Amino acid sequence: MKRRDFLKSVSGLAAGAALPAAPQIISSAYADARSETLLIVSEGGPNNLDIHGVGTNVPGYEVSWNCYDRLISHEMKSGSGGVPYYDRDKFKGELAEEFKIDDMSVTFKLRKNAKFHDGAPVTAKDVKWSLDRAVSVGGFPTFQMSAGSLTKPEQFVVIDDYTVRVDFLKKDRLTVPDLAVIVPCIVNSELVKKNASEKDPWGLEFTKQQTAGSGAYKVTKWTAGTEVIMERNDDWVCGPLPKIKRVIWRMVPQAGNRRALLERGDADISYELPNKDFQEMKANGKLNVVSLPFSNGIQYIGMNVTKPPFDNPKVRQAVAYALPYQKIMDAVMFGLANPMFGAPKDKPTEVAWPQPHKYNTDIEKAKALMAEAGVAGGFETTISFDLNFAGVNEPLCVLVQESLAQIGIKTTINKVPGANWRTELNKKEMPLFTNVFSGWLDYPEYFFYWCYHGNNSVFNTMSYKSAEMDKLIDGARTAAAAGDTATYEADVKGFVDLAFTDIPRIPLYQPFVNVAMQKNISGYQYWFHRRLDYRAMAKG
Amino acid sequence: MLTMIGKRLMFAIPSLIGVVIVTFLLTRALPGDPAAYFAGPAATKEAVEQIRKKLGLDKPLIEQFFRYTNDLAHGDFGNSLTTGQPVATEIRNRLPASAELTLLGLIVSIVIAIPLGVLAATRPGSWIDHLCRITTTAGVSLPVFFTGLMLVYLFYFQLGWSPAPLGRLDVFYSAPPTVTGFYLIDTLIARDFEAFRSALSQLILPATTLAIFSLAPIARMTRASMLAVLASEFVRTARASGLSPTTVIVTYAFRNAMLPVITTLSMVFSFLLGANVLVEKVFAWPGIGSYAVEALISSDFAPVQGFVLTMAVMYVLLNLVIDILYGVIDPRVRLEG
Repeated sequence: MKRRDFLKSVSGLAAGAALPAAPQIISSAYADARSETLLIVSEGGPNNLDIHGVGTNVPGYEVSWNCYDRLISHEMKSGSGGVPYYDRDKFKGELAEEFKIDDMSVTFKLRKNAKFHDGAPVTAKDVKWSLDRAVSVGGFPTFQMSAGSLTKPEQFVVIDDYTVRVDFLKKDRLTVPDLAVIVPCIVNSELVKKNASEKDPWGLEFTKQQTAGSGAYKVTKWTAGTEVIMERNDDWVCGPLPKIKRVIWRMVPQAGNRRALLERGDADISYELPNKDFQEMKANGKLNVVSLPFSNGIQYIGMNVTKPPFDNPKVRQAVAYALPYQKIMDAVMFGLANPMFGAPKDKPTEVAWPQPHKYNTDIEKAKALMAEAGVAGGFETTISFDLNFAGVNEPLCVLVQESLAQIGIKTTINKVPGANWRTELNKKEMPLFTNVFSGWLDYPEYFFYWCYHGNNSVFNTMSYKSAEMDKLIDGARTAAAAGDTATYEADVKGFVDLAFTDIPRIPLYQPFVNVAMQKNISGYQYWFHRRLDYRAMAKG
Repeated sequence: MLTMIGKRLMFAIPSLIGVVIVTFLLTRALPGDPAAYFAGPAATKEAVEQIRKKLGLDKPLIEQFFRYTNDLAHGDFGNSLTTGQPVATEIRNRLPASAELTLLGLIVSIVIAIPLGVLAATRPGSWIDHLCRITTTAGVSLPVFFTGLMLVYLFYFQLGWSPAPLGRLDVFYSAPPTVTGFYLIDTLIARDFEAFRSALSQLILPATTLAIFSLAPIARMTRASMLAVLASEFVRTARASGLSPTTVIVTYAFRNAMLPVITTLSMVFSFLLGANVLVEKVFAWPGIGSYAVEALISSDFAPVQGFVLTMAVMYVLLNLVIDILYGVIDPRVRLEG
């Protein structure tokens, strides 16, 4: 090849590269499709379209929420900054036209005109079959149902074609709220039964690939790991017809690209970006950024109380006085979190969770406490974190490491791969670690039951056991069920105080869920599951 | 020829068996417990055990292995837990995406690198030789994700020339009916020229990124092997016989210099196919590289095994093709075969 030919081929290539430079010719059909379509970009997508499936991931919950209906749902109230926020205490019927809560049961009257996506009417037997399924399939759905004392198929009784009664196993304040979470969704029982097999009696393989519900949207195309396309169900009767006709949800792994897509106006909405990006986008004002605290969620530093030196409350208090709280808020969270530290000395404990504790960064006090505990010389330990959330966890642990060094605690940072994190938590051997816990049901005793109770659930990551704590938590649960407000309040204040003096885990902050969207997108609502509800959203 | 192909395929069988055993053992040796991972954040010990049982992970290793090989024999690669799909389907859907991108990247790379290498070899020390040196060094020194992000930043974010890095097609076009799985070909078969344009413009940036990266080995190898051939006696004889420079370089020297280049090409191709994970991540490309890595991160055994096995088969086939090509280029290889 001669030089001339070579140059020709190079310039030809350059011309080829410039091909898309021509402005895109936007046909009117294309523009229409654009205005009725919501384009969402996020890092991960669903692995299963059915929340009852084996190991359905969090993005899968979003599909379930929008494509299936539940008997009841929550009302909305105005949250901070005027953003609609789900009302923990107010319920409205979704598939149920009306419902009546009695002493030991709740009765639902179903809407007579509700239909599944295939046109079959939603009847009481579908409701029973779906709730039976939720308490029987095992794994996460069954566990979530049991959190509201819903464990046995006998609890769900068909009265007539359009009436269902749910019997309470015992008095539990969480039973009704638990019927409004994502799990007790109503599935098209006839359709799924047709596609079930002996090995798979609940038809999980079928509903994994397609939605079989009555919800406002239905999945029309799903390419795992790439995109989900949902179309509006025009026959939806459980609420006002949604404005968005079509939802295209694309997986874009690179956070930088997601931000670029938003800023160029190509994507409508995104979440799961680094805090720094959210803070910058907030500052430049081109997009709407909504930041709301996780309900009932806290990022904390945990200490394994079964192992010295953290078995000594004085050492734990010393650590609590040595943590660089404000630095973490500024340098890691960029202010996008609620501080959970440094409450004024004289502030009375509230009947609420989360609430800030009274520790503050005070190295002198920490040193004194270390001396009192007899470890003035310090010690060595490791601090572990989940690499899946390295964006926050890594700088956080580095700051903690730096700060603890000042009181003589030498820490090595142990990065645990995401797949391994839960295994490590279950083993309960890590001496020092950071983690987040957030409960769907927003009640203090629910949080404490999972995180501090001596029955030692997975989330009691500190292996904390205290007879007094158990008594207070159990007391609050019983009092809540019985409606005994005075005892309830005393018990809640009691366990919060105990958690702060014994300090097996040190709350750092309440993280925010951040969502960035174009200015023409409205109707975002905060839900306990922290995923999007397309039904209320509108464009333009 | 046919006996040679048959022989080569026979030789591949033991290595494939080895690959099956090794990947099985390696995935089992990974840290992390898939049952705990997939039981979700709110799982009790019992829930984890239930999942473990469902996945068949409570059985002894040897039984798991026989079950796995039995499934394999029936063409069943198992199910991915992260995406929830059968691995065989996923690989079948994703391989063309990776292959199309890689092939295009490789073609762009060849079109630039081979002439560049030849020119650099024929004029050592000239500006074109230096250009060759600079581009190859730069290309191989820049990590692909960096090149990719830079290109996106420049051509998409700043200039707005390139379409949004959202995978193989613009969001509002639908994929053509699958014939080959290559969108560039399938859109033409379907006579959907708008979609063809969209697919092509989506491909340009990622293919360029790959090309920049793979330029170096091809250009360097072409240059080195051309230099060696040009210094040999038969080229001197050809020159002395008064043949035109084009004939000498193209017919005599280039053909002889092709062998090592072909070997390099095959290596670059298989390397790119498996290792363009980062490019796939940057451009949200639904290829097999990102699929395998995601599976690895979540200790999802089946896709990892399926991926390694597919790659092993690809290597075997690729090597076979290269061997045949050797025969076409160099008659001596054919005679020995």
